Amino acid sequence: MNPKLYSCSFDGTVKLWDYVDGILIKTFVVGLKLHALFTLPSAEDSVFVIINKEKPDVFQLVSVKLPKSSSQEIEAKELSFVLDYINQSPKCIAFGNEGEYVAAVRDFYLSVYFFKKKTTSRFTLSSSRNKKHAKNNFTCVACHPKEDCIATGHKDGKIRLWRNFDDDKKYTYTCLHWHHDMVMDLAFSVTGTSLLSGGRESVLVEWRDATEKNKEFLPRLGATIEHISVSPAGDLFCTSHSDNKIIVIHRNLEASAVIQGLVKDSNIFTGLMVDPRTKALVLNGKPGHLQFYSLQHDKQLYNLDIIQQEYINDYGLIQIELTKAAFGCYGNWLATVEQRQEKETELELQMKLWMYNKKTQGFVLNTKVNMPHEDHITAVCFCNAEKFENPTLVTSSKDGHFKVWILTDDSDIYKKAVGWTCDFVGSYHKYQATNCCFSEDGSLLAVSFEEIVTIWDSETWELKCTFCQRAGKIRHLCFGRLTCSKYLLGATENGILCCWNLLSCALEWSAKLNVRVMEPDPNSENIAAISRSSVGSDLFVFKPSEPRPLYIQKNISREEVQWGVFVPRDVPESFTSDAYQWLNRSQFYFLTKSQSLLTFSTKSPEEKLTPTSKQLLAEESLPTTPFYFILGKHREQQDEKINEAFESELVQLPLTENIPAISELLHTPAHVLPSASFLCSKFVSSLLLSKETKSGEEIPEDVDMEEGKESDDSDEENDFTEKIQDTNNTDLGEDLLHQLSKSEEKELRKFRKVDYSWITVL
Amino acid sequence: MAGYKPVAIQTYPILGEKITQDTLYWNNYKTPVQIKEFGAVSKVDFSPQPPYNYAVTASSRIHIYGRYSQEPIKTFSRFKDTAYCATFRQDGRLLVAGSEDGGVQLFDITGRAPLRHFEGHTKAVHTVDFTADKYHVVSGADDYTVKLWDIPNSKEILTFKEHSDYVRCGCASKLNPDLFVTGSYDHTLKMFDARTNKSVISVEHGQPVESVLLFPSGGLLVSAGGRYVKIWDVLKGGQLLVSLKNHHKTVTCLYLSSSGQRLLSGSLDRKVKIYSTTSYKVVHSFDYAASILSLALAHEDETIVVGMTNGILSVKHRKSEAKKDSLPRRRRPAYRTFIKGKNYMKQRDDILINRPSKKHLELYDRDLKNFRVSKALDRVLEPSCTIKTPEITVSIIKELNRRGVLANALAGRDEKEISRVLNFLIRNLSQPRFAPVLINAAEIIIDIYLPVIGQSPVVDKKFLLLQGLVEKEIDYQRELLETLGMMDMLFATMTRKESTSVWQHASDGFLENKKVES
Repeated sequence: MNPKLYSCSFDGTVKLWDYVDGILIKTFVVGLKLHALFTLPSAEDSVFVIINKEKPDVFQLVSVKLPKSSSQEIEAKELSFVLDYINQSPKCIAFGNEGEYVAAVRDFYLSVYFFKKKTTSRFTLSSSRNKKHAKNNFTCVACHPKEDCIATGHKDGKIRLWRNFDDDKKYTYTCLHWHHDMVMDLAFSVTGTSLLSGGRESVLVEWRDATEKNKEFLPRLGATIEHISVSPAGDLFCTSHSDNKIIVIHRNLEASAVIQGLVKDSNIFTGLMVDPRTKALVLNGKPGHLQFYSLQHDKQLYNLDIIQQEYINDYGLIQIELTKAAFGCYGNWLATVEQRQEKETELELQMKLWMYNKKTQGFVLNTKVNMPHEDHITAVCFCNAEKFENPTLVTSSKDGHFKVWILTDDSDIYKKAVGWTCDFVGSYHKYQATNCCFSEDGSLLAVSFEEIVTIWDSETWELKCTFCQRAGKIRHLCFGRLTCSKYLLGATENGILCCWNLLSCALEWSAKLNVRVMEPDPNSENIAAISRSSVGSDLFVFKPSEPRPLYIQKNISREEVQWGVFVPRDVPESFTSDAYQWLNRSQFYFLTKSQSLLTFSTKSPEEKLTPTSKQLLAEESLPTTPFYFILGKHREQQDEKINEAFESELVQLPLTENIPAISELLHTPAHVLPSASFLCSKFVSSLLLSKETKSGEEIPEDVDMEEGKESDDSDEENDFTEKIQDTNNTDLGEDLLHQLSKSEEKELRKFRKVDYSWITVL
Repeated sequence: MAGYKPVAIQTYPILGEKITQDTLYWNNYKTPVQIKEFGAVSKVDFSPQPPYNYAVTASSRIHIYGRYSQEPIKTFSRFKDTAYCATFRQDGRLLVAGSEDGGVQLFDITGRAPLRHFEGHTKAVHTVDFTADKYHVVSGADDYTVKLWDIPNSKEILTFKEHSDYVRCGCASKLNPDLFVTGSYDHTLKMFDARTNKSVISVEHGQPVESVLLFPSGGLLVSAGGRYVKIWDVLKGGQLLVSLKNHHKTVTCLYLSSSGQRLLSGSLDRKVKIYSTTSYKVVHSFDYAASILSLALAHEDETIVVGMTNGILSVKHRKSEAKKDSLPRRRRPAYRTFIKGKNYMKQRDDILINRPSKKHLELYDRDLKNFRVSKALDRVLEPSCTIKTPEITVSIIKELNRRGVLANALAGRDEKEISRVLNFLIRNLSQPRFAPVLINAAEIIIDIYLPVIGQSPVVDKKFLLLQGLVEKEIDYQRELLETLGMMDMLFATMTRKESTSVWQHASDGFLENKKVES
């Protein structure tokens, strides 16, 4: 006989599970929104649930009799009312002394219902407006397992122990006060000899013998304690924290295990990064730390302490924030920027440079720079080109300067040492520097000063040229990669995406797109841009060389997307479909405002999920969503859409553009063609039927292009190619068309790509 | 869970010379004793045997000084003309010296008249030395010759006429009785072997050679001449190893420290430079009042003696370390108490549980750990802390501010305590590195203690002092800004050909200076 589990949900059902095997045994339909569920060992045939019937803010505790029946789905309408006007949080209900009474708290009231007497006593704390009692609100309740004793937690940090509460007049309470902020949860140990409490201070307090003197602490748990629970055997405690963490604690108050997911931090300033060494995702973690999170294993690798100061979790305190971080030189260097601003004029800035130590397999602090700039640092970037032996770092700041930092030899005869020093300070007419970025080969540095982009030679630090579009402050800046390295992209606050050609120093194209995130793929020319519209966020993947996007996904998230990153794949995928080719080398992850980390995948969620996360998916109503998770409903919708697209596409194949290449070849005058021997093998092989019968899938253009994307001055070349296609469309024969299989067509396409350039040159 | 993280104490770069173990070692000497000689001090030589007396050659006299004596304990003055290069034998009992008239004289340390008189050089003998077997003397003279003399017979054994100019320096090998090196104004260094009666190695220094030195192992040869000090590898047949050019004027003397790890060179530019003999980088240098002609170190580098052209002999003694030992030592627990239980070997069934190593926390950190904020502030306001390490005090104030408890820590102080805080503020408020933190603290203090002002004349005086300080600082800042404005104007009138960025760069240093908050 496996242990059973009851669950309740907003859909009004209570379900009974065999959680060992993961089987649903029974469903009881109550028909009301269920907010919390309690069971008692003494009353096995009924459960207690919290419902709200009339007013939205008034909740009731009712007992539901679960009828015995063999059928799967049973109606359970037999409700008996227990307590009214209670709090919906399960922390505010507690059953005491083996189910003799139930205590509930709300605002300034403690209500106790005695099951035997069937009476309710209500105790009220003074709620006067004066300072002393203003924070008397109850926040949580716990009952002694053996005795008639109720512990309540309060907003001002007090814990009250109530006794003799079966008598409305003679009741007494004692106060325990250590917490200086709200008591988040309380729990009695199994024997009832000690009481555990926790709150914002991130300290687990154990009160022994219910006296103020005898208390033990387990401090520095990292984040606010949300829940405390005690194992039935009494040897373990467990706390859950606001930063997505569970700590298992021994009876002697020694932490024995930490279960940590992606740390939820209040704000992500650093954005998403990929550690080149571990391929881990790196972002703000615990306060003052950088977290290294393995995407492959859905596991936190470690937290790197950057700020290295005692964290005081207190309301209203201005903490030191880790605002910028960047990896350089294949993960050998890490630059971090931390700041603290109490008043407008008082800014504390510190830049730290960390070197990777191979021996200890970790980052070691190398250089600390106090006040590297006079104002906020807006961007930090390393020069990652191979030819640069000397690591170079550029920081841009609102003080109107950008600084170039280089690694210099600081060694003497006593020790070998390296350190970072400022090499160059640049500015442009005292405008604020808003962004900076190095070209792929490291030869050029682009720094944006408000509306103007300046290009600097990284050898001499000379200003080469400037671009100005007068379209608002530049928000994002990046160079094209590989074949598109001659392009520079900038997205402005006014919703214009500009692409400049660095060879002609002119605007190549521009598009109206309110870009929130712009990320280049390190392994290809592709650039992903996420725009924000009133409905949601849209994703565009494009190459800088052509203004027409490769892939568009509308409405990837209803929330605002804050950050995105391309994570290189260990093993490249081979999606042949045009729509998915951008996912071949790297995978795109993005983080929404509520800190959900989402990604694009071609597989269905069921395939991707490991068994553990499968169970989490099953309970969709679970409020504590796991952080790293595949897209929820968005994803499903998206998949459906794509699947539909595939099906429709299989019927009508756009073969048209492939045959022209052959005709082109055949119609070209012989005297301008290269020797036949050069062309022959390729031509023949292209006609061969290959064994693989993968279909060349293509996404039809069901997503409508934005008109603005086609720039006014789109280049000649584009027009030219389109024209050719048009002319060729006319002279293709219908009969030729259906004879070619898909694989042939693919081969031909390949062939066309090979020979195309010289044909156009002719 | 992670332990308590101590407060990060802000460190500030120390301006000026970097403190290294070498600077500590070479600065650990008392102020020099100056002894006036009759003429330029051309040679200083320490006796290799205790009590490490040293012979000073100046003008026509040779003085022998005891280590701590300021008067010569013995004088050899039987020279008709200038004496040169008084050198002790390895056993410290004989002394040999050359002279301007071409004679070489051998003295017994205890006697007065010369024991031997070697005649044969026609011109001034500038260098003499004992060979490793103690029974021969090598001399080099301005008649371009190098001679080897036998002491018992007082006879000339060999003459080398290979140099083509004055021979001014020489040195015998400490290991091989037959080898010695001479340097000459013909720019060459020659190593002679008494067994072959000709030079075995000859190297070109490039400048007239003023001083030569053989390493104790005999493997390396150091020569000084012109502004250069050159190191030669004898084992590779005289290959140049390094050429050092760290002096502005001619290098006149060389010496090895007793450990052989450091090489010292003295020069006419009044400096003594100390090199590491592994990397040949300058690790330290001394300045002297006049051009240096001679240099010697006593056994274990206890004394540095430098002879100068103006006849001043500068003697520096190492600071004694006995001072620390003189303090009455507290009785410590016996050694065995420390190793008690530590040497227990783990048995087969034992389970080893390591006690977590205790992290040492400073006293203020212990207070902060327990949230005793006023106590922590009191601790760092002790005079011992505020004077020696004001950065710790400032860091603690900053930390208290970060924790949002600075006002609590500053409040509720009596006259004595508040004046202590104000004293610290007065002393450090105008320092740019502390200003942002301390200005904030000063504002809080004024807010807290404004209602009780006028109750204590001591505190009132301190407040007035602080006010004056702030006013002075504001004036100073205004002046700086005015200067900056003038500079800007000057830059603006300059040619605008230079790119703006260069101009910005130049003014940036200035901006940082005036960054103090007014």
